[in-house]
Amino acid sequence: MMKRVLFGLVAIGLVACAAYASFYIAPEERTMGAIQKIFYFHASTAWAGETTFFVCFLANLLYIWKRIPQFDWLGVTCAEVGVACITVVLITGPIWAKPVWGIWWTWDARLTSTFVLWILYICYLLLRTLVDDPDRRALLSALFGVFAFIDVPIVFGAIRWWRTQHPAPVIMGGPDSGLEPTMKAVFFFNVAVMHVFAAFLIMERYSLEKSKHDVELLQHESEAR
Amino acid sequence: MALLANAAVLLGKEVRTEFRSRELLSTTMVFVLIVVVVFSFTFDPTTNESRRFGPGLLWMAFLFAASLMLQPCFLREQVNDTLGALRLAVSDPFAIFLAKICANTLFLLLTELLMLPVFAALFNVSFRVQLPGILLTFFLGSLGISIVGTALAVISAQARMRELLLPLLLLPLLTPILVVSTEVTIRLMQPEPYLEWQGIGLMAGFDVVFLTVLWLFGEYLLEE
Repeated sequence: MMKRVLFGLVAIGLVACAAYASFYIAPEERTMGAIQKIFYFHASTAWAGETTFFVCFLANLLYIWKRIPQFDWLGVTCAEVGVACITVVLITGPIWAKPVWGIWWTWDARLTSTFVLWILYICYLLLRTLVDDPDRRALLSALFGVFAFIDVPIVFGAIRWWRTQHPAPVIMGGPDSGLEPTMKAVFFFNVAVMHVFAAFLIMERYSLEKSKHDVELLQHESEAR
Repeated sequence: MALLANAAVLLGKEVRTEFRSRELLSTTMVFVLIVVVVFSFTFDPTTNESRRFGPGLLWMAFLFAASLMLQPCFLREQVNDTLGALRLAVSDPFAIFLAKICANTLFLLLTELLMLPVFAALFNVSFRVQLPGILLTFFLGSLGISIVGTALAVISAQARMRELLLPLLLLPLLTPILVVSTEVTIRLMQPEPYLEWQGIGLMAGFDVVFLTVLWLFGEYLLEE
């Protein structure tokens, strides 16, 4: 218990440090000004969300293969935390886009694929509420999770072929892309912090899922007696 | 080889079952017609406007129709308790999927081809010159819808609120097919039509990827 509280405090402390670094250490962007600061939070949350969905995909595959309930708990946990991260991304994105692009939203490749990703994992969570048998629920949602994860790169490819407006990647982009060194350091610090924070949320939600399972088990036992 | 032989026999069964009643085909066709007519009230259906909005409207109608059409394909087996017998009858459970996918593609393609002249007449657009391109687009699009739809029909058949769940799971997964098939059809409806091979490649890629996923994981979907 003590360890969890300590980890939680460290994670929250790190988020505060990341916010401080974004506002006071990173230099202000020349053309966009202060609104660019949202990039540190927006992009790093997106990276953390995508990592979380990747872990969810691995957990789904492992559940299909091994049928160990712990992988199912990890799957649902990661899906929920991922949806929370992408919700933040979908809120912070338009806040940045309105002053910079002049519009809240555009149906560009990255925006649309992120939106579809978010909808797919909401459907994944919805599916879980509609199957009563726990083993069936775990298997069916794991299989849908595999379908959903594989679909997202295809959505991205299809819409990029069609049209795209999102700024070209500044991280790992072309030869002319890139960030100023302090900005880059602050950005990667934010990415690391968001991953730590997502890991904290996953651990907390996982222990909740475990407790839920224990309660269900106790209920079955008491009913059997 | 045994897989294909099993799938062919099962496909025969699916086609016979449908053509005895023709319930699915007639209902789907009427549904597509209603969607097309209802959508036409939302814009001014001149030839130019129809060229812009028509393909999207057409594919939306096909997608909605498919989400209704795919529902009974596994539900029928579940209600009659024949899925277990089907599993025992085939050496590879993928044969069941292959047969259902082929049947669904065939029914969907048939609906699309019968609705195409009606759409062309109602919206004053001509498809005659681009017919091979249209056929290829319709085939790849219908195949993609059927592959994903058949897999999700098994999932939704085992859940509560299954009628609502299938479109919920299916429509977001089919975003790439909707985007690409609409864009390819728009180009085929231009005054100087051409076939966008990149789009055709994307659709074929989608079909191959999801057919492979279904081949790898299909047997888990049919577990008792």
